[in-house]
Amino acid sequence: MKGLLLKNREGDSRIADMMIYVVYTLFALLCALPFYYIIVQTISDNYLVSTGQVFLIPRGIHFRNIISALKLDGMLMAAMVSIARTVVGTLFTLIGTTILGYAFSRREYWHRQFWYRFIILTMYFSTGLIPGFMNMKNLRLYNTFWLYVVPGTVSAYFMILYKTFVESIPASLEESAQLDGAGYAVRYARIILPLSLPMIATICIFAAVGQWSAFSDTLYMVSDSRLYTLQFKLYQFMNQAEQLAASMRSSGGNISSAAMEAELRNLMSSISIRTSVCLIVTLPVLLIYPFFQRYFIKGIMIGAVKG
Amino acid sequence: MSGHIIGTGKRFRTLKEPGFRLFLFTLPFLVMVFLFSYLPLWGWSMAFVDYKPGKAISECTFVGLKYFNMLFNNPVKYRELVRVMKNTLGMSFLGILTSWLPMIFAIMLKEIRATRYRKILQTVTTIPNFISWVLVYSLAFGMLSVTDGLVNKMLIKMGVVSQGINFLASKDHIWVKMWLLGNWKGLGWSAVIYLAALAGIDQELYEAARVDGAARHHIIRHIEIPGLLPTFVVLLILSIATIINSDFDKVYLFANAMNKESIETLDLYVYNQGIKNVQFSYTTAIGIMKSFVSIILIVFANTVAKKIRGESIL
Repeated sequence: MKGLLLKNREGDSRIADMMIYVVYTLFALLCALPFYYIIVQTISDNYLVSTGQVFLIPRGIHFRNIISALKLDGMLMAAMVSIARTVVGTLFTLIGTTILGYAFSRREYWHRQFWYRFIILTMYFSTGLIPGFMNMKNLRLYNTFWLYVVPGTVSAYFMILYKTFVESIPASLEESAQLDGAGYAVRYARIILPLSLPMIATICIFAAVGQWSAFSDTLYMVSDSRLYTLQFKLYQFMNQAEQLAASMRSSGGNISSAAMEAELRNLMSSISIRTSVCLIVTLPVLLIYPFFQRYFIKGIMIGAVKG
Repeated sequence: MSGHIIGTGKRFRTLKEPGFRLFLFTLPFLVMVFLFSYLPLWGWSMAFVDYKPGKAISECTFVGLKYFNMLFNNPVKYRELVRVMKNTLGMSFLGILTSWLPMIFAIMLKEIRATRYRKILQTVTTIPNFISWVLVYSLAFGMLSVTDGLVNKMLIKMGVVSQGINFLASKDHIWVKMWLLGNWKGLGWSAVIYLAALAGIDQELYEAARVDGAARHHIIRHIEIPGLLPTFVVLLILSIATIINSDFDKVYLFANAMNKESIETLDLYVYNQGIKNVQFSYTTAIGIMKSFVSIILIVFANTVAKKIRGESIL
């Protein structure tokens, strides 16, 4: 009897099975916990949160935090900037990547090897932070919206993925269109594009995530607050929260109760600001990702076949 | 393929070739690549002059290899460089040493036969990969902050400690903490990638092994790990090639006055000295040397890969 209990259908140890389940489940809980905690903090009563009375169960549920966070200075602007750069930037990337990828898949491309290497080479060296910075200034892209979307138009990596995919499309399809007199643009638009939709979807998703998550370009190349992205605003609010927390710590316990109350009220708003802005920035990803997960994985598999 | 210009009669033959027209279609994009990836090379000249912002490079005093020498001859700068390289290499190395972890997690994930549950695990563990480091920082702050981080609150409640532990603003175990954060974010996704690779292993091998009476650990040792090894080796070589790089967003966001000593990587150092302290010439010189070292590493890595795999990974 014991033998039956110890082994599963394939004859492997049930104990090992259980351990695997436990380990991976713990890992998944660890991944989910920070998100859950932020949600709990944001929808719980602010006073309870700031006096440390909220753990894993939300208490005093309300949604005012999220609404007030959206009304914060610059938040709506930042939301629009983030959305705009994600949409426009992804579009630019798709256009650049697919056109170049298709063009290079054609053997008759003028000096194909040279120009292909011209692009691939950029993956292996970087000109450095400062020259890049100066370059953006010289190109008059510094502090403009185009800085977010134009440089990413040609991504060598995505281009390779797309070119590889196009090369797997049977040549006969294009050839018959060519014999019928269709030019490159028509063949590209009518045949290649529709057939390469899976790859386009994959590139689209990765590019969109990249645009939504971008932070350092705002950090060193934007000084106009109207161009701040949601990520950057979150970063700003985080800094304020830390400064406040640090001043609370350094003043130790020697504050009068009135000052303490005022500080507490400040701390309240800084915690709730931090968690609600964090929630606003996370929510799109949390909601959309589960539905698109299979495209991410499919894309990697297509890329892996190449590598 | 390309047209030769032979005599006036055929002067414009090239221009009419379809391959050339194709090239013209793509010219705007090639120009963009030039503008953003090659043109900045012009800025390398900043390393050879005493650059002052506002002046054109040509107007600045030429100083030759002054800034390159400064890195090695100036004792203060040299010590900075050593410290920063130690941090960079230390953190990269830690990642390389543990780069087999995703493989093991993938093998574990595959052993979870309940499909629905496995998909849920996949989804939950891969979400962190798609959020920005700003969000990770914000979430980490929410969990680990001294006053209202969940971890500290629980520890205090359970009586383990009387005061919150300062995880984020301390100088202890920085490399390990960064490694932990990196894994929280990336392990789930890397495991899923390896899982996809596992799916590519010939099923007949499994069946043959079972018929021969192989236990699970036999299968793992003799089929799955060897099946994943090629992918692993390629990724390993690539990470050696990028050993002097670091994730800028990660180190920038988690750096503070307390941990700066151990967390400042080469990239962060270049940012701090270059943009914040406006040391353009100095940091451009560092950047140039970094580029050369990178190229050497990549060529070396590719050579090793060729020897092992019999083909290039470039």
